[in-house]
Amino acid sequence: MAFLKDRAKFCRLETIRLIEIAKVGHYTSVFSAAELFSALYYDAMDLRRGEPKWEDRDRFMMGKGHAAVGLFPLLADLDFIDRDVLDGYTRLGNPLGDHPDMTKVPGIDFSSGSIGHALSAGCGMALAGRMLGKDFYTYVMIGDGELQEGQVWEAALFGAHNGLGKLIGIIDRNGYQLDGSVDDIIGVEPIVEKWQAFGWETHVVDGHDVAAVATLLRTLKADRERTRPVMIIAETVKGKGVSYMETEPGWHLGYLDPSDAARAIAEIEAMEI
Amino acid sequence: MNKPLSDKSWQYRQLNAVTPGLDALSDALIELVAAGEPIVAGTADLQYSNGLAKFHALHPDRFVQFGISEQNMVSAAAGMAAVGMKPYVATFASFLALLCCEQIRMDVAYSKLPVRLIGHHAGISLGFYGTSHHATEDLAIMRSIANLTVIAPADGNQLKEVIKAANDYPHPIYIRIQRGRDPEVYAQRQPFTIGKAISHYSGTDLMIIATGSTVHPALEATRALRAAGASVGFLDMATVKPIDRDAILDAAGQSPRILTVEEHNVLGGLGGAVAEVLASEGLPVKLTRHGIYDEYSLIAPPTHLYAHYELDAKGIEARATRLLEGRA
Repeated sequence: MAFLKDRAKFCRLETIRLIEIAKVGHYTSVFSAAELFSALYYDAMDLRRGEPKWEDRDRFMMGKGHAAVGLFPLLADLDFIDRDVLDGYTRLGNPLGDHPDMTKVPGIDFSSGSIGHALSAGCGMALAGRMLGKDFYTYVMIGDGELQEGQVWEAALFGAHNGLGKLIGIIDRNGYQLDGSVDDIIGVEPIVEKWQAFGWETHVVDGHDVAAVATLLRTLKADRERTRPVMIIAETVKGKGVSYMETEPGWHLGYLDPSDAARAIAEIEAMEI
Repeated sequence: MNKPLSDKSWQYRQLNAVTPGLDALSDALIELVAAGEPIVAGTADLQYSNGLAKFHALHPDRFVQFGISEQNMVSAAAGMAAVGMKPYVATFASFLALLCCEQIRMDVAYSKLPVRLIGHHAGISLGFYGTSHHATEDLAIMRSIANLTVIAPADGNQLKEVIKAANDYPHPIYIRIQRGRDPEVYAQRQPFTIGKAISHYSGTDLMIIATGSTVHPALEATRALRAAGASVGFLDMATVKPIDRDAILDAAGQSPRILTVEEHNVLGGLGGAVAEVLASEGLPVKLTRHGIYDEYSLIAPPTHLYAHYELDAKGIEARATRLLEGRA
């Protein structure tokens, strides 16, 4: 598991490096999801290094598309995109922007940015996979604030009704959105009971315990006969790994000046592996 | 499991034996499945309205019932297309264009996924169902979405050929149709080329250009005017986007007057598209755009509405006559 922890750390550090180029970005949305990304990309998902279009690959898409800056370093690490493309993040004409774009970035299975569409698209992928006789899994990560979008619940109904057992959703439950805490804006609790009531198999996991996440994802994948979609509720901390971000929710969108960046890097470097 | 349909039910009356014209969409898709295409059809609780019930009955494994969740349907169709299927999803044009505009733009059109969006009961064809069900903005919305092709077939035969032509077309398509039991314009199927207008008559006094449901009444009006001695040409502009510039320029070269006819707001639809071509070429042609004049249409049975808005043959003829006489 040291490797998965290391890759989560790599994701955080690269996020700081890339946002320095753009001068603004979603640090904390990446930091809450870093272990989830690591467990997915380096353990759970069937992928082939350097072959982003491999037909039988597992699919992944993010409803919380603004965390793309944390995903791109992983795609470069898997030889899906070139290193120099990664280093040109957000520069004029570069394919990498604040949201993932399937038309421009190898390894992005579906574009996102408009909140609330991804679970529907994931339903379509999982259903089409079944119709085509394919065995791939479809993973969809969504934010807890994203649950405020009505379309998510249309997809919740649809996924359960159609028995999409190879669809695995992950809610990055970090408790915050742009304008404040999810509880204060429009509360979405009780999340677990809602998904259960909609007919989904639910699991709650510490989203920063990469071993627990990886184990859960492996266990879920082992049951290839499942007839219910799964929603994993990952308990996370917005800004995990940088102390002043964890305690200050106003960091949904931000920019670290050089001294703050140095502190953040030091804290992330010091995270236990 | 649904109970078998009673022969007294509305759904039963929509089926093949009673309303055969409604099956054009199903028949076209059934042909594609027979040809081995990875077709999937979906609808949002409207399989009897759009005639997909026949496809459903024949290919239950290729049919997806989305229920009343149009946005989910469009995004899911995009997901299906992203892994290799060719989805055709259908619902009322008003809900598809207005409710799902963002899903169409972001999930389908931007990514150039081969999703075929069927907006049926377009224009004011839902008559007394009222404003929510009238689609008089859909052409304007869809026309402004990049990568999206917009086609309005005039009848079932043309629809079948449009779907055939769409099969390997590299862009997403919005296909705007009516109730599926429209008067026949084309007695036989004839090959359809996306982006090419179909010329019925040349004319040196007036060119009428129509699309979709207005092709039939506008053709009748054209024939009446020609019988009365006027040199009136006619173009079926089934593809609204990309618009056939050459055909418009040719029409403008033939006649000093053009009348566009559409079951849509005159802003942003066929008339707007023709105006853009004429203006960009600086052509000295008198263009009159006929349709719904930037208002919410009244409640009434469709035939009453067509008469009220001069969108039936008689009304279009009257409109054209005023133009020919310099009164419009």
